[in-house]
Amino acid sequence: MSRPNIQLDQNGRLRHFLTVEGLSRDILTEILDTAESFASVTERKIKKVPLLRGKTIANLFFEASTRTRTTFELAAKRLSADVMNINISASSSSKGESLLDMLRNLEAMHCDMFVVRHGDSGAAHYIASNVADHVSVINAGDGRHAHPTQAMLDMFTIRRHKPDFSQLKVAIVGDIYHSRVARSQIHALNTLCVHEVRVIGPKTLIPKGIEQLGVHVYHDVEQGIKDVDVIIMLRLQRERMHGAFIPSEQEYYKLYGLNEARLKIAKPDVIVMHPGPINRGVEMDSSVADGPHSVILEQVSNGIAVRMAAMSLAMSGVQHDNQGGESS
Amino acid sequence: MMRTRIEGGRVIDPANNIDAELDVYLADGQIVAVGDAPESFSVDQVITAENKLVCPGLIDLSARLGEPGSEHQATIATETRAAVSSGITTVVCPPDTDPVIDSAAVAEMIRRHSAAAGLSRVLPLGALTSALEGKQLSEMMTLLSAGVVSLSNANQPIESSLVMQRAMEYAATQNITLFITPVDAALSEGCMHEGALSTRLGLPGIPESAETAALARDLVLVEQTGVSAHFCRLTCAKSVDMIARAQQDGLAVTADVSAHHLFLTDIDIREYDSHCHVLPPLRSERDRDALRQGIRDGIITAICSDHTPHEEDAKAAPFASTLPGMSALETMMPLSLRLANDGVADLSTIISCLSAGPANILNLPYGSLSVGATADVCIIDPQFSWMVDTDTLLSAAHNSAFLGWEMFGRATHTFIKGHLVYSMEH
Repeated sequence: MSRPNIQLDQNGRLRHFLTVEGLSRDILTEILDTAESFASVTERKIKKVPLLRGKTIANLFFEASTRTRTTFELAAKRLSADVMNINISASSSSKGESLLDMLRNLEAMHCDMFVVRHGDSGAAHYIASNVADHVSVINAGDGRHAHPTQAMLDMFTIRRHKPDFSQLKVAIVGDIYHSRVARSQIHALNTLCVHEVRVIGPKTLIPKGIEQLGVHVYHDVEQGIKDVDVIIMLRLQRERMHGAFIPSEQEYYKLYGLNEARLKIAKPDVIVMHPGPINRGVEMDSSVADGPHSVILEQVSNGIAVRMAAMSLAMSGVQHDNQGGESS
Repeated sequence: MMRTRIEGGRVIDPANNIDAELDVYLADGQIVAVGDAPESFSVDQVITAENKLVCPGLIDLSARLGEPGSEHQATIATETRAAVSSGITTVVCPPDTDPVIDSAAVAEMIRRHSAAAGLSRVLPLGALTSALEGKQLSEMMTLLSAGVVSLSNANQPIESSLVMQRAMEYAATQNITLFITPVDAALSEGCMHEGALSTRLGLPGIPESAETAALARDLVLVEQTGVSAHFCRLTCAKSVDMIARAQQDGLAVTADVSAHHLFLTDIDIREYDSHCHVLPPLRSERDRDALRQGIRDGIITAICSDHTPHEEDAKAAPFASTLPGMSALETMMPLSLRLANDGVADLSTIISCLSAGPANILNLPYGSLSVGATADVCIIDPQFSWMVDTDTLLSAAHNSAFLGWEMFGRATHTFIKGHLVYSMEH
């Protein structure tokens, strides 16, 4: 059964950014190209553009996050929007207000965009299917499902180093099971037509049926990173030890940690990425994290430009939609 | 008392191997004849059933009715009204009410309220363990004398194999058939079938082993204790195989399945449709097909609704935060008829799964049109087309995954003990 993609308006333009899945290569490329134009803005002395002047953006964070929230806030401010940060775990949900009631209240305050992070997979979809027509929703991470702006900033970073996606072999290493970042990266890499996507980890951290998303599964890191152009290391949450996913950080590092010796198995010009924050000595050695192949800090600065691109494109989709509605 | 002739219908009475156009005569609350009229039978009312099915009143082995504890969502009165409109004359309700049916008082209250409603007969299941906590055995015999028809821990797992073994030993001593939903607690922390789709949606999965590991343990204990056990809500292909093997080995085990597990799969969850959030979860297409095969092969002998009414708010949240279960009383029969239509099994097998099958599991004196049997009868118009929506559902709850589906089949008349309790015209 074909249903309209909730992320697109009638003209096929981005209106919500909830997941990379289901978006075309053209849209992803448009996000990357737009981000490229903003990247120069963020390097200027006066870092603002007036694209979203007069717009109000609410950052709804149901899950704690400093880095992601800060880059969204900066991105919104550089687009000249007004930003509200709402930390919901300390706000109304503890008073028993339902999610829908909260959305209605924020809509009544004439918010134009919600940037949402939530612990439940599908929360951003749920919010997007329940907001007023003029409101656009950006997913800043929902459960284990998706983190599309993180994936796009990773694509942006990869493209700046390796412009031709079609030649690339990319390995994602670590806790795929709990990772919304990995899921979004897999969709983005495949939509952008990379040569091969590999995921590497013990069976406990590789979710069932992941092959159907278009990846090759490796359990041996040295086989998995052989000749790859990009290595993406995922963060290992400390609490995973208690869930019996792995025996210990030490053993994990021994089997899957990235060190200089292992790095030599990959292509000589391999780049190493990590969505942060890094557990040094667990996912990777400091010498790799701070070494010449690492692009981890670039990822952070690229985050602002990519989020500016996602926000401005989604908002122009909504405006386009509304204007179309008025003239008809 | 009203003496009734139901004439010209296609009588399907699987308990007596009848599928033929015959008249049915009811008097004094009993079936008095099928075929020719008894001598000197004077008729008070004649019901014409041409082009309709005349069947034993349907028996639903699992429907939650809102009482006690969720009266704001549904009541015995509202839900048994929905039941009779679908030909269901007997409803078995699981013990996971609030408070739990672990005392005679709660069981008696349910029977009292259903008698007052005067519609479907409501037969409660008693809790197998106190508060369904899986620790202390409930007072099984006291509950049975208060009117529960069997004992069950509903969807709550009994984690301790020792408690399960003792529950079975005690039940075997008293010749009680236990109702068991096989659930391994630790493996059941997710909210949908574990597979490629749960990975894609990022929803925590419930692996097949959540059911099969528990079923394997329970079958071992059934063999050891000699208890008779009815396994509720099978969802996995593997479980059907395990039950089939246990039956071949001569164990006294039976099984049922919910109507929605015979139609829906995890794919129907699409983009987080919370109406498809049910427990046990919707599984793969292969599993669904094996459940259908289990019906055809007679391994599974009952289809139930697993009706779970919820108000709208319970489903208005991100998927994992919604309450599981669907409103299903009124879709059970038409979905079952569709199985016959689709050639999954013949109509007589399907009607058996809704009448004689469940009656045999509980050893109930209903579910057949035998002369002398209680006159629970339903007349179904199998061609009657209706759309599942909030206007057509009589249940107080509209949390159905089938909203927007066209269904064929609705009861035109429902008799309980010879009384016409529902007629479509009224």
